[in-house]
Amino acid sequence: MSIDVTTARRVAKLARIAVDEEGLPKLAKELSGILSFMEQLNEVDVDNVEPMTSVTPMELKRRVDEVTDGGQASAILANAPNTKEGFFAVPKVIE
Amino acid sequence: MTELSKLTIYEAREGLKSKTFSSVELTQSCLDSIAAAKVLNTFVHHTPELSLESANSSDLRIAKGEAPSMCGIPIGIKDLFCTKGIPSQAGSRILSGFIPEYESTITKQLWDSGAVMLGKLNMDEFAMGSSNETSVYGDVINPWKEKNNAKNLTPGGSSGGSAAAVAADLCLGATGTDTGGSIRQPAAFVGITGLKPTYGRCSRWGVVAFASSLDQAGPMTKSVTDAAIMLEAMAGHDPKDSTSANIPVPCFETFLTGDIRGKKIGIPKEYRIDGMPDEIEALWSDGITMLKAAGAKIVDISLPHTKYALPAYYVVAPAEASSNLARYDGVRFGHRAALSPGDGITEMYEKTRSEGFGEEVQRRIMIGTYVLSAGFYDAYYNRARKIRTLIKKDFEDAFSLGVEAILTPATPSAAFGLGEMKDVDPIAMYLNDIFTVPVNLAGLPGIAIPAGLDKKGLPLGLQLIGKPWEESELLNTAFALEQAIAFSDKPEKWW
Repeated sequence: MSIDVTTARRVAKLARIAVDEEGLPKLAKELSGILSFMEQLNEVDVDNVEPMTSVTPMELKRRVDEVTDGGQASAILANAPNTKEGFFAVPKVIE
Repeated sequence: MTELSKLTIYEAREGLKSKTFSSVELTQSCLDSIAAAKVLNTFVHHTPELSLESANSSDLRIAKGEAPSMCGIPIGIKDLFCTKGIPSQAGSRILSGFIPEYESTITKQLWDSGAVMLGKLNMDEFAMGSSNETSVYGDVINPWKEKNNAKNLTPGGSSGGSAAAVAADLCLGATGTDTGGSIRQPAAFVGITGLKPTYGRCSRWGVVAFASSLDQAGPMTKSVTDAAIMLEAMAGHDPKDSTSANIPVPCFETFLTGDIRGKKIGIPKEYRIDGMPDEIEALWSDGITMLKAAGAKIVDISLPHTKYALPAYYVVAPAEASSNLARYDGVRFGHRAALSPGDGITEMYEKTRSEGFGEEVQRRIMIGTYVLSAGFYDAYYNRARKIRTLIKKDFEDAFSLGVEAILTPATPSAAFGLGEMKDVDPIAMYLNDIFTVPVNLAGLPGIAIPAGLDKKGLPLGLQLIGKPWEESELLNTAFALEQAIAFSDKPEKWW
């Protein structure tokens, strides 16, 4: 599968990474190269093989549904680029 | 007292116990060595005051006779581990200025066992790389050089700073993490020991995530014994990591008898790849001969899906990375791009991620995004997960034949020159991990130990792969091989 500039633009958009138009052909070429390397996987018969979900068989741990943590708003906000009145601040989202 | 930093953890522990020197003296020796080795670019965040303070409290603990296993031992921490109050950037620009409000479980356990923090170690950005050239801090330089050649070599990656710092005797040991070979490949490139434990042995809590189903932290040390000592301090169940195994942590050190008589060691034919240098082939044969001489039974085995491990890995790991790295969006921590008038939240995400992530990380996020996108999920991601099942089964089949460990080369080459891979296809760089990646896909423990020097005078490593949760046995086999190889070369000091 080869990736064209349109697909590269779409992937960059989905990944929320700004790539300028001049950068797209190179990106498309690199992604195509990596994907063609992955094409080898089509040689393998995977009929009736379960996809791996957990490499070590283990049950998902459960615990009592209760509050075990909290009350640390200032620690959570400590590394934020912008905060306002105890909230994360971002550019306006709603018109 | 710069000589003290050359000690192994085992030797230093004896010296501290017998009061031949103090942890403050030992730590100062490491700090002096670090200050004199700036050119290697291993330590990227320094904590000298904290180091001496905790060395001092370790000395007090030793004086009181309550010395836990790592008491007073100075170590370096890969920048991937969150350390409270100390910058933790995962080698990325996007986490510039990030100072964690919490401590990773592994580092907390290390400090509880008395280890002394020397600072944070350079690494490939988000642990994505095999040469430590994707770091925001710049390249790490391998302390080893080719004979009569001044060119700078890579220490490997992603734990390149950890590897170089241990090899250059700047610290007694270091933490590393291994998603596809990031402990074992750099260990092999600098002639030290690197252990990737069984998936689930060490808690991932507080370790910046790359590919959660593959990531596993482990020790990078000067000997197998040191790896055993340090692993014990790092390992253990953690309720904060849902994939952390609730099984007892043995005293790994007590298993190091060197007695491997009757043990069945498998030699996988698929690891004999085309174009492998003769020297690596010879090193591998020597390893086989040594294990045989130690009384092990050598058997040929087949791991038929080996060749599919790398392509499967480069679907699964980027897929998980694209999801894990979605959190770096300029909202809660780290870098946020300066915005132009009229920019909304989407522009903020896109500009922040474009500025904050390096080229390789962007490439992997986009590959991951693509293989998970509608219409391709089954063709790539699900297929790769099925192949992962088959790769794990290959190992299980070998173990069911009574094989207790598998011997392979650690890397397909010795360390290469920095910059040499810059203009080649990314796939060429990925091939570095050809012998290590299957172990992560199968969740198994693997250890790289130094096995000799090539014609140019560079170290080469061998890898032993063990059964799940049997690090004790694996370490003992590695110990027997280490004794037989008796590798004692050190890089000639030029820095």
